[in-house]
Amino acid sequence: MSEPLVIEVSGLTKRFGERTVVDHFDIRVPKGAIYGFLGPNGSGKTTTIRMLCGLLTPDEGEGTCLGFDVRHEASRIKEEAGYMTQKFSLYEDLSIRENLDFVARMYRLDRRKERVQVALDELGLADRAKQLAGTLSGGWKQRLALAACLLHEPKLLLLDEPTAGVDPKARRDFWDEIRRLSAKGVTVLVSTHYMDEAVQCDFITYIAYGKKLIDGPSAMIPALVGLETWRVEGPNLGALAERLKAEPGVEQVARFGAVLHISGTDKPLLNQTVERLKAEETHHWSLQVAGLEEAFIYLMAGARDNFALDTPPEIAA
Amino acid sequence: MSGDGAPARKPARTGFSFRRFGAVLTKEFIQMRRDRITFAMMIGLPLVQLFLFGFAINADPHHLPTLVEMGDNGPLTRAVIAGMQQSDYFDFKGEVAGIAAGEEVLRRGEANFVVVIPQNFERDVIRGRMPEILIAADASDPSAVGGAAAALSGIVSVAVREVLTGPLAMPSGAPPFSVTVHREYNPEGKTSTNIVPGLLAIILSMTMVMITAVAIVKETERGTMEMLIATPVRPFEVMLGKILPYVFVGYVQTIVFLIAAAVIFHVPFEGSWLAFFLGFNLYIVVNLALGFLISTASRNQMQAMQLSFFTILPSILLSGFMFPFAGMPGWAQVLGTGVPATHFLRIIRAVMLKGGDVADVGPQCLALGIILVVISGIAMLRYRQTLD
Repeated sequence: MSEPLVIEVSGLTKRFGERTVVDHFDIRVPKGAIYGFLGPNGSGKTTTIRMLCGLLTPDEGEGTCLGFDVRHEASRIKEEAGYMTQKFSLYEDLSIRENLDFVARMYRLDRRKERVQVALDELGLADRAKQLAGTLSGGWKQRLALAACLLHEPKLLLLDEPTAGVDPKARRDFWDEIRRLSAKGVTVLVSTHYMDEAVQCDFITYIAYGKKLIDGPSAMIPALVGLETWRVEGPNLGALAERLKAEPGVEQVARFGAVLHISGTDKPLLNQTVERLKAEETHHWSLQVAGLEEAFIYLMAGARDNFALDTPPEIAA
Repeated sequence: MSGDGAPARKPARTGFSFRRFGAVLTKEFIQMRRDRITFAMMIGLPLVQLFLFGFAINADPHHLPTLVEMGDNGPLTRAVIAGMQQSDYFDFKGEVAGIAAGEEVLRRGEANFVVVIPQNFERDVIRGRMPEILIAADASDPSAVGGAAAALSGIVSVAVREVLTGPLAMPSGAPPFSVTVHREYNPEGKTSTNIVPGLLAIILSMTMVMITAVAIVKETERGTMEMLIATPVRPFEVMLGKILPYVFVGYVQTIVFLIAAAVIFHVPFEGSWLAFFLGFNLYIVVNLALGFLISTASRNQMQAMQLSFFTILPSILLSGFMFPFAGMPGWAQVLGTGVPATHFLRIIRAVMLKGGDVADVGPQCLALGIILVVISGIAMLRYRQTLD
């Protein structure tokens, strides 16, 4: 990694009572990167993000964020990081301008009126500045929240499931903005459930049960997951998909338009099954390099299973 | 929006920031103004309570409908009737013929009293035969009887003194109707004079505790606290900025209250303003601390509301507002001593009715101070735990 590290922590642990929510979490985030946090609900993504931006003090572990100690310099981190919460957390009974102005005053910004006006113009909300924030739609609330996070020009942006309940168009615009910020050198940490968002990230870390299971550049994730994928074309795919789900070695059947992608981590077992079906000569089979999509569908499907189990299964290859 | 190279903020400082505190304060006032119902409640509630308790709860009612059976028709009797017509206690409705008709009227509830003036009343008074005036009273509301009976004695005494002058004058000191009503600090025996000052203690504890608790819990419930603590703002700046507007509300309530007490209920203010000011501010701070404590124990606004109600009942029942404190059983007095309203009630009654000064309210202020230290101590401990 040629870029300097913005976050470098090791062994971060947080317990709430008896429960260990985050268990010895390590991460190294280079400047300007978009780093995706994936994992099921309750896996500790939000707690990890809160420890990184100084909202929570870790019980164990150490490291730095933006060059400040995560344990002892939380207030300095807060000055230079922007945190966008999962739920809309601006005041619904204040107007758009009042909200931005309030946040600007929290950071004691100079040229406050000017900054707020610029933010309103960029949002395209200048003519609705007096409208109460609570009356905005989900997509507009999200844009306003992002604008509020950016008022103090943070070097690090922490986004906790920022696009939940937002329509696809607004989500695309949102990610364009994230890309632009990243290009300017702002480091972005984002937690998400959406595959199409995970694909946008430069790096991915997968968390379950408070433990990091996978971590690396996006391009390397399929190899890390270790999926073997076959592509199937032919008639009657719906019936075939149903049948395949019960076959040994098949862990995932995903449909992409007129083709099926059949994946599994146990290569010999999967290939055995495929050879047997190939012999029926009803469909056209071809081996495929597993892509990010398959890997994420696999991770997310596994995540739901994880939730029901008591012990984390072995996902990493 | 980012990375233009210009310094976005002043170098990090760790102390208290008046700018941030001011921002929280301004925000709180804007929210208060937007929340019309709560705002109306803050101003309206004290007035409604003042009227309810001041007028409706009246252990000494006036204008009770009264009929008179006239056995005599002389100047003295007419003077008695005139006195009753002018009195606040009786509402003179007319004459009634015969005791049977009088009882019928009482039974139907058309009058509270039938006053029977015996035959030859005037003559017998002059001759010193101690004639007997009979009051047939509807005693279904016992509190309505006592005061009015005493008042009638007074009215007749006055009539006797006014009518029987010159040679007929009764020897002074021995009127046929001696009335001895001795009510210290409250010569007219009005319940409102006693109730109204105490009401300020109840109204303040009700609104201050509840509104503070709800305002703080609202911030966590709506998730805005998460945004707040992600900014460099310090917890102390948030607390102070959120609480101070409600101190202001307490001042407004008190001013409205004092004006209404003076103008509508004619409650005197005999004592020292300084003593009032001291006790009043202390009491407001104690209630805010209590509201703060409740907010640390509640997860949502509903819980904060319910917990606040728990504090209101002891304020009404154990403070001496409703029943005389000294008349309560020992254990109730012990509990009552821990209730802030008990002490403020004594302060305000001492100052408004008995002309008390700073020295007179010293022990009560000390008691409030001790309660304040205990409550805020527990609240700060709890607040530290909930922050992480």
